[in-house]
Amino acid sequence: MADKRITIQTTRYDPDKDEKPRLQSYEIPFYDDSMVVLDALNYIKSNVDGSLSYRWSCRMGICGSCGMMVNGTPKLSCSAFVRDYWPRPILVEPLNNFPVIRDLVIDMDDFMHKLKSIKPWIIRKQEIPLGAGEHRQTNEQIDDFRQFSECINCMLCYAACPVYGLNNEFLGPAAIALARRYNLDSRDQGLKQRLPVIADNEGVWECSFVGECSVVCPKGVDPAKAIQQSKLDTTMRFVLPYGNRD
Amino acid sequence: MDFESYDVLVVGGGLAGIRAAIAAVETNPRVKVGMVSKVYPMRSHTVSAEGGAAAALRPEDSYENHAFDTVKGSDYLADQDVVEAFVREAPIELIQMEHWGCPWSRDPDGKISARPFGGMTTWRTCFAADKTGFHMLHAVFQTSLKYPQITRHDEAFVTKLLVEDSRCVGVVALDMKTGRFDAITAKSVILATGGLGRTYAFTTNGNICTGDGMSLAYRAGVGLKDMEMVQFHPTGLPFTGILITEAVRGEGGYLLNNEGERFLKRYVPNKMELGPRDIISRAMMTEFEEGRGFEGPHGKYLHLDVRHLGEKVIDRKLPFMRELGREFVGIDIVKEPIPVRPVQHYMMGGIDADISGATPMAGLYAAGECANVGLNGANRLGSNSLSECLVFGAAAGRAAADYSSAAKPVTANPVDAILWDEARRVEVAYLEKKGGSERIGAIREEMQHEMDAGAGVFRTKEGLQKLIERLGGLRERFGRIKIEDTSKTFNTELTSAMELDFMLEISQTIAVSALAREESRGAHARRDFPQRNDEKYLKHSLVFSRDAAKPRLEYRDVHIENFKPQARTY
Repeated sequence: MADKRITIQTTRYDPDKDEKPRLQSYEIPFYDDSMVVLDALNYIKSNVDGSLSYRWSCRMGICGSCGMMVNGTPKLSCSAFVRDYWPRPILVEPLNNFPVIRDLVIDMDDFMHKLKSIKPWIIRKQEIPLGAGEHRQTNEQIDDFRQFSECINCMLCYAACPVYGLNNEFLGPAAIALARRYNLDSRDQGLKQRLPVIADNEGVWECSFVGECSVVCPKGVDPAKAIQQSKLDTTMRFVLPYGNRD
Repeated sequence: MDFESYDVLVVGGGLAGIRAAIAAVETNPRVKVGMVSKVYPMRSHTVSAEGGAAAALRPEDSYENHAFDTVKGSDYLADQDVVEAFVREAPIELIQMEHWGCPWSRDPDGKISARPFGGMTTWRTCFAADKTGFHMLHAVFQTSLKYPQITRHDEAFVTKLLVEDSRCVGVVALDMKTGRFDAITAKSVILATGGLGRTYAFTTNGNICTGDGMSLAYRAGVGLKDMEMVQFHPTGLPFTGILITEAVRGEGGYLLNNEGERFLKRYVPNKMELGPRDIISRAMMTEFEEGRGFEGPHGKYLHLDVRHLGEKVIDRKLPFMRELGREFVGIDIVKEPIPVRPVQHYMMGGIDADISGATPMAGLYAAGECANVGLNGANRLGSNSLSECLVFGAAAGRAAADYSSAAKPVTANPVDAILWDEARRVEVAYLEKKGGSERIGAIREEMQHEMDAGAGVFRTKEGLQKLIERLGGLRERFGRIKIEDTSKTFNTELTSAMELDFMLEISQTIAVSALAREESRGAHARRDFPQRNDEKYLKHSLVFSRDAAKPRLEYRDVHIENFKPQARTY
């Protein structure tokens, strides 16, 4: 193990100095079989080049910070094992389809606005008081929306989505999956308030059903399914008699 | 340089911080709340909490039982008035989380379910499968988006508290995207910055857990309480330190040594795998020392075995553990035991704060892991911390909102001067620094290994003295660091350096507090003083900054009510 090496090629971009992104190559020890791409970046930052910039925190696939393009595929770098790429070089780039702030750091403000726009909170006609206790909900009712609640906002699906790549007005996979998460929750009555956003020109109808979002999701969420189901929601609104539209 | 002003400013966007922000707004809808965090809130380390949140919600449970378990778990160092308030508020807070959309796992009747947990005498740990922290954080964060009174400053790194006439009036923060220093002023400030696990090499904590808030308060003259009380979780994955939840044992998993023996019968015979974390971690270390651990490429380990639970239970209750096993160890936990060993996990100690989160400094509050309100004493029970974030986050939010309604506005003049001084300090100390040779990464790694060695599961006088000396040496070397990155844009070498500065400081407070406590209590196990000494040390330690090498220590009596200290056996 001691003398194995791995080459990491990574995007460098500092808007203070660089006109456009460039690639830089680092050859570092492949020091442990359990090493992930994030470990390789940390090795570079600690030992070779302190100026390399990227986001990371939990290194266990749940905080959603460390999404990057690894050899052209959107991945959580904490869960991309070097051994799966070695001995060939690994190309690490910022997530596709986003403006780049610096090196591997993308600007995700756009998603934060989209997240808010779908009203990702429980909407009730009338709140029940805390003293009345919890809403009753069965595990089966939770199963209806469970997978959509597993989204970690890592942005891999946006990086994989060709529609978002062409038109960043598109609401996009994660935001639609989260809207679906609330619409399917037996405690929620907010479908009507969310429909204008998801039925909008830039909502679900933009999706051309490529399905890449579901392929790259590291958490087993199926945004493509959420989008197709939401299309049905938006049509049903116009088909059902008025009294059944809530 | 901008000059934002709020009524209440929350530092930290995890469970405690967001809960505080919402509580402030709900206390007084006219309150303007700012929330500054060095990461997007959903990246906060709450996200990694797995097992559950404790509350006496079930009819067979009682406040008194939850309180007694917590006090006994704390080895009698918890303040009992605080525990009492906590156990009464926790059920309300978990119901509130339910109303906010947390997908709690349910009983067949549709009510919130619960599971057994270490040190708890009944099933009171409510859970959302084994991603409880993740679901709570996303639910509370997404809910916070509906309050127009809350303004977020994401990815802003706080470097200093603004203090005017002994009152906290805001923070100086570095906007990471632009490199600009901002004074963000407020009539009150709530620190909710989480833990300090990254002072250790082997930790469950994420990269962001660098004790920033504790250090900020300490530098401003506020005491840090019980800093010797560091929790080691029994079950971390070797190499990465990734947390394997206590819920694995709660659901019936076994801890086994290399003889296939459930060795806890020799340590906690009545509780076995459901003993408290401090005692089980020591038992595991003892097994290693006595040659009953497995030897692996990443050190010694023991087995955590869930095979007998069956695939159905595992997939329903512990799906994330199966995922982690597959992803990070390459095993299927349905078919193979999980390799585990004790790992730094949580800080009981923290910013001295009272039952409402108020610190001794006017206008400054603290909540969550960075605070020590007196709930956890010398050992926190698993699943009390998520509930603590809610209960004391909400308490701090209410108290800060009330304080701000009556407080004088902040004056611009001194604030401006502090801002300029602080921006200049950082430029001189880091960005314009010439001729340094020491790598941040190297100093950080050495600090982490020294902390593992000197302030780990077992401590000694010699080990702690050596640690203090070594930390002093690292502090000296820190003065000669080399910063390669001079960019204004998202300069993570600069923020890493400032985090290391914070960590070197609080590591020293841990070592000094641990050296002074010549007894063994809860998580603080001294080989040279193996007994608890109530006569001398039934007291909180408080450490104050005097000069970096020699902090000042004080002690304060523990608040005892109904539960008189007795021998702690399980």
